[in-house]
Amino acid sequence: MAGFGTSVGRPIYGRGPSPGLRFTVYALLCLILMYIDQRARWSERLHYGLEAAAYPVQVAVNSPASAWHWLTDSFATRGTLRAQNQQLHGQVQLLQLAVLRQQALERENEQLRELHHALPPLVKKWLVAEVIGVEAVPLRQRLIINKGAHDGVHINQPVVDGSGVLGQVAHVGPWSSEVILITDPEHAIPVQITRNGLRTIAIGSGNADELLLTYLAVNSDVKSGDLLTSSGLGGVFPAGYPVGRITGVRREASQLVAQVQAEPAARIDRAREVMLIEFDSASPAAPPAAPALTEASPPPAPVVNPAVAADEGGSGSAAPGGHGPSSRSARKKGKPHP
Amino acid sequence: MSERENLLVILLTSLAALVLNILPLPGWLPVVRPAFLVLTVLYWSTMSPFVAGAALGFIGGLALDVFQGSLLGEHALALSFVTYLALRFNLLMRAKPIFEQSLYVLVALVIYELVLWVIDGWSGHTLSSPLRWVHALIGALIWPVVVGVLGRFHAAR
Repeated sequence: MAGFGTSVGRPIYGRGPSPGLRFTVYALLCLILMYIDQRARWSERLHYGLEAAAYPVQVAVNSPASAWHWLTDSFATRGTLRAQNQQLHGQVQLLQLAVLRQQALERENEQLRELHHALPPLVKKWLVAEVIGVEAVPLRQRLIINKGAHDGVHINQPVVDGSGVLGQVAHVGPWSSEVILITDPEHAIPVQITRNGLRTIAIGSGNADELLLTYLAVNSDVKSGDLLTSSGLGGVFPAGYPVGRITGVRREASQLVAQVQAEPAARIDRAREVMLIEFDSASPAAPPAAPALTEASPPPAPVVNPAVAADEGGSGSAAPGGHGPSSRSARKKGKPHP
Repeated sequence: MSERENLLVILLTSLAALVLNILPLPGWLPVVRPAFLVLTVLYWSTMSPFVAGAALGFIGGLALDVFQGSLLGEHALALSFVTYLALRFNLLMRAKPIFEQSLYVLVALVIYELVLWVIDGWSGHTLSSPLRWVHALIGALIWPVVVGVLGRFHAAR
């Protein structure tokens, strides 16, 4: 071991152990760390501590960006504010109309199901978090958000923004968490094409603007422009949230599967604020309880659950008018809650 | 005393490099962002090998692991190994003109990526992008700049 570093003459200087010996010690330490990190049981606790240690630095590194946003916000001109206000007013009115229609549909749905009491809303709690770090290299699509275990964030919690599904929580720290985005190549989300109810799985491509649907047969009924919503299978994402829109379908006679790309509905690379959902497991749109999935686990096999299957039929028939009805009502209902 | 100042400079520049490494960047910029911390550690372990030892490589790599969310110990092992190489061959490298140094740096960065690649595969992250080798090339290309900038701090002690 010591013979490792002698040839360069390091011992002449007589400054502690040779670099070879030091390297060996550090390498062993690294191997032990990697071994511990690979064991899921310890890994969570380890990451909890590490997220805590990293949080101040992440906030500090992100502070120029947030200071810039604060500056532009506080020095916004009267004109822009007025325009923005008007736009928001219009949006609120549209949403109110949509909610009215939504409530009618919900009542109708209850009657059709012959239920005598209202269905519980899908979403129990909303939590708005700010993005404090982005890892957007080709092989890693992750976000760091400023809410952690102290705010009730837990692993595998779905993360959405105003327009669709963003991802799920991969690691939790006390004050911050790491979110794996749906565009991460190690992430797969069970989806459904709203036009015909076809279920499949969307896998991240590593680019912030692309999802891949690699399990569709050549002859499957899919075309450009189809809307994808979460199917509720897999136990992580509730059913009915917009996931993306098909942008390209390529079929080659020599291949068994079609090459299908989709564009995520959420604003993956521009999100500054995200929402964490905690859903009510009593609601029919909630995903069936499934064993906790790890981030890199392969797409789960569809679990046949009569309640969910029935609901999917229901939401499928109600969906053509707009994106997942449950999401819109839930967002509205969740508003008063901090 | 000058040695202690030097250590301070080394730590501060490494911290700055770490910040540059984890600074959120828009669009395709992260793809071409060089591994600043690796280059800084390489610089200090070749130019000032008795102050910046293997510990700098280990701790720097560990910091990368924490902030990049990789398997804990992955970058630490790769950077420790590269630091070890730099410590062993620093006399050889220091005597060379700067563009030849760039070639050595390229080799070191390729080894660094190779170690990461092997560990990725071993730990089940088998997906790999050819873009990862771009980092090595860009790192070698900006080595003269790194030497220019850090050399200032080095001379100023």
